[in-house]
Amino acid sequence: MSTLDHQEALAILRDMTRVRRFEERCVELYSGAKIRGFLHLYIGEEAVAVGVMHALGARDAIVATYREHGHALVRGVPARAIMAEMYGKAEGCSGGRGGSMHLFDASRRFYGGNAIVAGGLPVAVGLALAEKMQGRDGVVACFFGEGAIAEGEFHECMNLAALWQLPVLFCCENNLYAMGTALRRSESETDLSLKASSYEMPAWPVDGMDVIAVRDTATRAVDAVRNGGGPHFLELRTYRFRAHSMYDPELYREKAEVAQWKERDPIPAFVARAAIEQSEIDTIEADSKAEIDDAVAFAEQGTDEPLENLTRFVTSELGRT
Amino acid sequence: MAEPRVFRMPSLGADMTDGRLLEWLVHPGDAVHRGDLVAVVKTDKADVEVEIFDDGVIGELLVPEGDDLLEIGAPLATVVDAGTPVSAAPPAPPTAPPPQVAPAPPPPGPAPASPIPAPRPVAPNARTGDERVAASPYARRRAAELGIALASVAASQPGHPITATDVERAAPSTPKAPVARPEPPPIDQAGAMRKAIGRLMARSKREIPHYYLEEDVELTAALAWLEQHNGRVPVAERILPAALLYKAVAGAAAAHPELNGFWVDDQFVPGSGVHLGVAISLRGGGLVAPAVHDADRLSLTELMATLRDLTARARGGRLRGSEMTDATITVTNLGDRGVRAVFGVIYAPQVALVGFGKVSDRVCDVDNGLGIRPAVTATLSADHRATDGHIGAGFLAEVARRLHHPEEL
Amino acid sequence: MTVTTYREACRQALREALVNDPRAFLMGEDVGEYGGCFAVSMGLLDEFGPERIRDTPLSESAFVGAGIGAAMGGMRPIVEIMTVNFSLLALDQILNNAATFLHMSGGQCNVPVVIRMTTGGGRQVGAQHSHSLEGWYAHIPGLRILTPATVADARGMLWPALLDPDPVLLFEHASLYNTSDDLPDDAGPVDITRAAVRRRGDDVTLIAYGGTLHLALEAAVELAKDGVEAEVIDLRSLRPLDDETIIDSVRRTHRAVVVDEGWRSGSISAEISARIAEHAFYDLDAPVERVCSAEVPMPYAKHLEDAALPTARAVVAAAQRTAGRG
Repeated sequence: MSTLDHQEALAILRDMTRVRRFEERCVELYSGAKIRGFLHLYIGEEAVAVGVMHALGARDAIVATYREHGHALVRGVPARAIMAEMYGKAEGCSGGRGGSMHLFDASRRFYGGNAIVAGGLPVAVGLALAEKMQGRDGVVACFFGEGAIAEGEFHECMNLAALWQLPVLFCCENNLYAMGTALRRSESETDLSLKASSYEMPAWPVDGMDVIAVRDTATRAVDAVRNGGGPHFLELRTYRFRAHSMYDPELYREKAEVAQWKERDPIPAFVARAAIEQSEIDTIEADSKAEIDDAVAFAEQGTDEPLENLTRFVTSELGRT
Repeated sequence: MAEPRVFRMPSLGADMTDGRLLEWLVHPGDAVHRGDLVAVVKTDKADVEVEIFDDGVIGELLVPEGDDLLEIGAPLATVVDAGTPVSAAPPAPPTAPPPQVAPAPPPPGPAPASPIPAPRPVAPNARTGDERVAASPYARRRAAELGIALASVAASQPGHPITATDVERAAPSTPKAPVARPEPPPIDQAGAMRKAIGRLMARSKREIPHYYLEEDVELTAALAWLEQHNGRVPVAERILPAALLYKAVAGAAAAHPELNGFWVDDQFVPGSGVHLGVAISLRGGGLVAPAVHDADRLSLTELMATLRDLTARARGGRLRGSEMTDATITVTNLGDRGVRAVFGVIYAPQVALVGFGKVSDRVCDVDNGLGIRPAVTATLSADHRATDGHIGAGFLAEVARRLHHPEEL
Repeated sequence: MTVTTYREACRQALREALVNDPRAFLMGEDVGEYGGCFAVSMGLLDEFGPERIRDTPLSESAFVGAGIGAAMGGMRPIVEIMTVNFSLLALDQILNNAATFLHMSGGQCNVPVVIRMTTGGGRQVGAQHSHSLEGWYAHIPGLRILTPATVADARGMLWPALLDPDPVLLFEHASLYNTSDDLPDDAGPVDITRAAVRRRGDDVTLIAYGGTLHLALEAAVELAKDGVEAEVIDLRSLRPLDDETIIDSVRRTHRAVVVDEGWRSGSISAEISARIAEHAFYDLDAPVERVCSAEVPMPYAKHLEDAALPTARAVVAAAQRTAGRG
């Protein structure tokens, strides 16, 4: 394990805690019918988003999936804006139009929030193409679940990114289940890094429950990508402790398996390794609660976008550029 | 003692509206913590273990295990703070569920903005008994405009719907066909007409306190515009100056609704639209003033066509009843008779009559000098019960203004 | 003034775009070394180099989506999908991403991508290579759909399409590439919002676009021999449709025929008919006629294919029916 500065450690714990508590509060709000539609929770996978985000900078871009609340939070999208978006309020980061699955924040280069599995990969490739063609050194981090590997678009994008040596960091969050289908039932070859490396791309498996391993590997990968090393692929092995979305009955996996993975909960695991004091934990918990309470209050006060604005932004209101 | 908190039926999925309490996993008096599973709820899709988000002690189970369908938000159990005596007090009456997050009815879509000009009004007088005859919409409209009953028109292609061409072909010599609704008998007796006019005029003079206003309206711009317009269109579409005058009056009446309507039972009743009565003299003596319906909404070309049509039918004794009774304000144009100004008698129960004399060259002030310009004298005879000079003057000024801006007519 | 083919006009438009906007680049299958499947981009690779004329693998979804992402990232990509037939592989990217991002993000993410596609049948290339799906795409809010039918429009529509901050789909009918017309030497950008009246007439309105415009014009010549003067409207844009021009014409002629190479049911001709009924019902002297492709997969045998496609004769017959002579 690389050396870990204590302040850094606190920052990492703070981010993982914020995500965990935010997601837990979303469960409650959804049950109370405040959040509607679909809700996909990141509980158990926090180390992945936190580890990778801590390796990215402001000039980098992110494309994520519908399980993206944690990514958005750690990226810096305000909790208020996210919660208001979940509530469907105009103050939400997508104006209330996207909801849980479509969080956008262009000012932070956070491009969703994509609900079609593998649908965001081509967009990430394009953003990277723009970086390269304009001589910039931004990296595009593209998050997707292992279910995306079955889609043709995954293969097209691996190929195109490698062929054109585009600065994409493909982050495959392998939580072993694509909704209710286990990986072993949908892939003839379950070694995902092997698949990616067949496209002549560096492909590294990582223990996704170990936030430091994630951060270190991601840092190496981002540096390589940024410095002309072409696209890289990370297989982040992780597990979601809750259902695919709110209240699927989880008939497809054993409770014993869930329990086993919970023993590897990334947050207590990190606390133990980083030797963080209880008082520091208490502060972080209190701060998180305050942040989330504030976000909920903000969302509760939120306004509805006026109906007459329904057709705004189907097309731009800008003049010709 | 603190009010017990209520644990309610949670929302468990995007499609769920209600569920059944299949099984309780706790009993009254059990301590519970946030995240503990307390019940199994059956939804349409699955049986789901449901967690509580509260710390405390289960107070009372408000619904039994069973098959009853319970809406989201329905109270299921009470939760009290640890240490609170349980079930000693009588159970609190069930609190009302929180307002349902019922799906609001879909909002009506915003009306699409359309650059298309408003469609022409539907042919008036649609209830002529012609509904069952197969004819194109345009043919119907032409038939109404020409006062022809569709039942009397032969389709050029037997078995096919009547087209506008068929209607126009039938126009000049088609007698009025018998229709379901009886029309008033044609006005064909000069003597009877004279008597009727006499009675009407006497009544007007007797009952209506008239006041009169007069204004000279310069027509340089209007006539120049007309010349230009007429130069560009075929002869059949050319517009006479009178049409400009009528259109200006119609527009002014729309802008001054107090002059567009009737005095009935000691009060003013506004007209349903601007149905401009146009005074038409008949050959052999007599005068009628049939209505041009919604004159303010017709284009000049349409107005011209309607005037031609009305004049032809008036002189042929083929006016419709509605045209005789619907006028809300009347115009009399004696320009071609050579008089400078007309001060007419209002057609009761209307409240205004506009008069025009002849268009002639007048000496007038031009750029602080003298010049000669074409002008017409417009007059207003108005019912002083309904309006006073202030309003009448505004109306005439509006007529003048419109004639000074012919491109807006 | 120079006689120019539609193909050359497309090429000139591409050149102009790449010369005048350093952010513009062309990306698609065989656009570089091959010179373009329809030879539109011939010579451009030599002139602009492989960075700006990019040959892609056969990965429609990836390279269309990459065009979307590149547009979001500050470039002005011109994505060429070889034909509309292959665009189906990229339909998710076009609909769920390009057309949707701006609205779904609350106005944050513009997607200024231009996607060019060749379209249409009539060359005996069989059912999977003969589609006309412009009308399908015109169903989708968030997209602009352009259908240049003339050399001047082929020359002039691309630049304004690139300036549009939102996605534009530009359809080039395959049968038009070899047609030619006089083109002014200083020809440049054209308006992309209005339909054009290509021929004035009082008796019937023929509404066409892209590959069917010439059918309408041929039909007009035939009809004139019979004393029926047709007004021919070239739609030029299928989304948005220029309602004003269409309705103004129908109000004057009282009769309309829509010529559309798409399959009849649920086509753009159905949409136009509905709008005419909504806005000009009381001006119609006959039902709106539609001349469309037969509802069959396009057959290979020539006589069958000819029977399946719209023809000038069919347009003439339809117009005569509206005039009560058919």
